[in-house]
Amino acid sequence: MRHSPYGGALARAAIDMAMAMGAFEQDFELLFMGTGVLQLLDDQDSHQIGLRNAGRLLSSLPLYDVERVFVDADALQHHGIGLSDLVVPAEPLDAAAIRDLLGSADHLVSY
Amino acid sequence: MIYTLLVLSSPTSGHGGRHAAAFAQAAIARGHQIERVFFLDQGTETGSQMAVMPQDEPNRLQPWLELAEQHGVELVLCIASALKHGMLDAGEAARYDRPCATVHPAFVVSGLGQFIDATDRADRLVTFGG
Repeated sequence: MRHSPYGGALARAAIDMAMAMGAFEQDFELLFMGTGVLQLLDDQDSHQIGLRNAGRLLSSLPLYDVERVFVDADALQHHGIGLSDLVVPAEPLDAAAIRDLLGSADHLVSY
Repeated sequence: MIYTLLVLSSPTSGHGGRHAAAFAQAAIARGHQIERVFFLDQGTETGSQMAVMPQDEPNRLQPWLELAEQHGVELVLCIASALKHGMLDAGEAARYDRPCATVHPAFVVSGLGQFIDATDRADRLVTFGG
């Protein structure tokens, strides 16, 4: 998940994809990278821009059987976000751990 | 090898769509299989039967039609994205009381399950755009 929540349509499309994977009982994990970490912010209000609240959508992820949620630690630091600011529990990963995670997947869906 | 392609790019902006069609043709020419191409977000505009390209620019639809007709590649537009972009097949046009279908009959409008199913069976997933 690499896109900021409201800058384009792809962040929302990726959230829909994650929920579909859960609904189809896929074995998958989510990684938020770059400006994509902004999707995870707990305190979001998108009402005035007429878009669905990305944080609220993501807060229902545990219902979709996502195995684990990971977050790019450098991106969190870059945006001044702490783990306690996130809407779902996420495990921070450094660059080496991100490489290992991506290398371990059968398929990557990245946008 | 079996490939599934995911196309996020608009057919009229950037090179993602053109590269995806060229990749599909090259992979098939080398004996690989492409069972399904899934179009999402702006990529769904690829299926338009209404778009008119200037005469001196290549037709963006034709390579996909050839892949479907000559090699049996399934072309699937994500229904959630397609509806937002005005990409309706005859069934959806009737359902939402729209005057006509905008999607070329070589394309199917369907759900994300079609993407997940294709990815499950594929050795490789290649994404264009995003």
